[in-house]
Amino acid sequence: MAIITYREALNQALREEMSRDDRVFLMGEEVAVYNGAYKVSKGLLEEFGEMRVVDTPITELGFAGVGVGAAMVGLRPIVEFMTWNFALLALDQVVNAAAKMLYMSGGQYPMPIVFRGPSGAALQLSAQHSQAWESWLAHIPGLKVVTPGTPYDAKGLLKAAIRDDNPVIMLEGEMLYNTKGEVPAEDYIVPIGKADLKREGEHCSIITNGKMVLVAMNAADQLAKEGIRVDVVDLRTVRPMDVEAITTSVKKTNRAVVLEEGWELAGIGAQVVDYIQRECFDDLDAPVVRVHQADVPMPYAKAIEKAAKPDLAKTIAAVKKVMYLG
Amino acid sequence: MASKKKADGKSLPGDAALRKEMLHSMLLQRRFEEKVGEAYALGKIGGFCHLYIGQEAVSTGIISMLRPDDYVITTYRDHGQALVRGLTPRSVMAELFGRIDGCSRGKGGSMHLFDRNTNFLGGHGIVGGHVPVAAGVGFAIKYRGGDQVIVCFMGESVVNTGAFHEALNMAALWKLPCVFVIENNKYGMGTAVERAAAIKDLSRRADAYDGMHGEYVDGQDVFAVREATERALEIARRDPKPVLLEVRTYRYMGHSMSDAVSGTYRTKAELDEYLKRDPINLLKARMLEAGDITDSDFAAMEQEIKAVCQDAWDFADASPEPPLEALYEDVLVDTTS
Repeated sequence: MAIITYREALNQALREEMSRDDRVFLMGEEVAVYNGAYKVSKGLLEEFGEMRVVDTPITELGFAGVGVGAAMVGLRPIVEFMTWNFALLALDQVVNAAAKMLYMSGGQYPMPIVFRGPSGAALQLSAQHSQAWESWLAHIPGLKVVTPGTPYDAKGLLKAAIRDDNPVIMLEGEMLYNTKGEVPAEDYIVPIGKADLKREGEHCSIITNGKMVLVAMNAADQLAKEGIRVDVVDLRTVRPMDVEAITTSVKKTNRAVVLEEGWELAGIGAQVVDYIQRECFDDLDAPVVRVHQADVPMPYAKAIEKAAKPDLAKTIAAVKKVMYLG
Repeated sequence: MASKKKADGKSLPGDAALRKEMLHSMLLQRRFEEKVGEAYALGKIGGFCHLYIGQEAVSTGIISMLRPDDYVITTYRDHGQALVRGLTPRSVMAELFGRIDGCSRGKGGSMHLFDRNTNFLGGHGIVGGHVPVAAGVGFAIKYRGGDQVIVCFMGESVVNTGAFHEALNMAALWKLPCVFVIENNKYGMGTAVERAAAIKDLSRRADAYDGMHGEYVDGQDVFAVREATERALEIARRDPKPVLLEVRTYRYMGHSMSDAVSGTYRTKAELDEYLKRDPINLLKARMLEAGDITDSDFAAMEQEIKAVCQDAWDFADASPEPPLEALYEDVLVDTTS
């Protein structure tokens, strides 16, 4: 199997789906002439032309709405946000329009649209460019929210998202675009709503998603050296959430750490813990511990930025805590 | 457009049949909305409810010029436009009553009337939010190489939103077949337009975009609206390019059902002044004078329309509420393409 980057995996997904269906088009800032702010759309303008690879002005609210309108009358837009941080300006279109159109029209207007781009913190981008979006968007009925952590999942989930007749949010990561992994040459999709058990172990479950999958895998490697074997449950989709995958793992290991990139209050992890307490109350040998961003806007300076972020050391410490190992 | 010369030299646009059709269209909206007000007072209709009374020449004048395959999108003040576009009074009233036979199956209510059969892309509840959506429909028309247009109705307060500018900029940049219609009824809820917009002539907002045609028209004269629409459609459909039309009208009722007709923000005297230019009375007077109709013809039209509105009420009242299982329906579709 070919080893390619997450960025290349996304690019392949876009190219394959645009070739497969001429209703699919890509729009956003710098997607065409510039080849993408993060080069995800590299080469697509040349291949598909300016009607299908559309550079927009810097108007998140406006072009998100253009996508909604195009989807309403049968096109299948992929709206790229240079980062989800900028998409805060577009939330009216995502939440009030895309997510609700089918319901408030009594089923008349499905909304086959993908909103995608990097989410969460990179390095030293400080407060306005560093927030994880999972819990904001997963809160909204009418949306699906996927958060691939590997090149394989990125390609498979993006292809599934483009084919889905519902609005799908895809949260990528600046820090993920250069990561590499195996991606098959043949056509495949990763089903939306299905978690993936990325590592098997019997002592503790780490339940996570998106960019934190790599952190969890590193933690699993480190812990294995100490004889602690963990399940790593990659949610992959945070709405709808694969509750069965969570509970199956926790019922096996009896201990859980929930690792997420965002803030604690009303975070994705809070919902995961709710499912665990409802479904696995009698199976737990210890209270569930959450690892998340510190409850502050992201600072700039290196040391305190590091202190704000969930990371390998915090994850390992959390696993040891639920195992009463210190 | 054909016109009929009268002996006294005054001309009336269209022919008698067309004028009757326009009068009927406006009168249907008026009587329908009065019925809606009555139903609201009785608790048959809930939530926010914004009546269109006074603005009927705008919807009739514009939508009567469209083709069936064109698109219409609008705001939460959407009952009148829905009726003119061809949604049945029954389906609109049933929606207002929150019933299963409503055009949005009871899920949308007054502010969210939708009808796929007539390309009526909905009433939308966030001021300005639907304007970029309209640009997107224009984009899709261009993408497919079609020659339809989208007409986007909005209140005058929309021209101060960012969404409006973002949408008009892209529509002009990409030469999209969009007719943006500002229904200037003078008030954004209770704030007079001159207290909200740092520009008097709202159609001049078009000047901000190279090549965008802007004009204003008397929104109480249905034929003036039709003529302006004809010019706008010519540009939007043939060029294609977006057009900004400001239609100057007046709302005779409060902003919504909870708002007094006059009081804090406008005077009774002002309202009375505008009532003198009631779009229905204006056309009716001209038609009586021209001999298109007699008083008894008008009375017969009234009777017929009242019966239609009563039928809509009776139909809505008899229609069941959505069953409880509908609660979870239509959140998502379970299909892929």
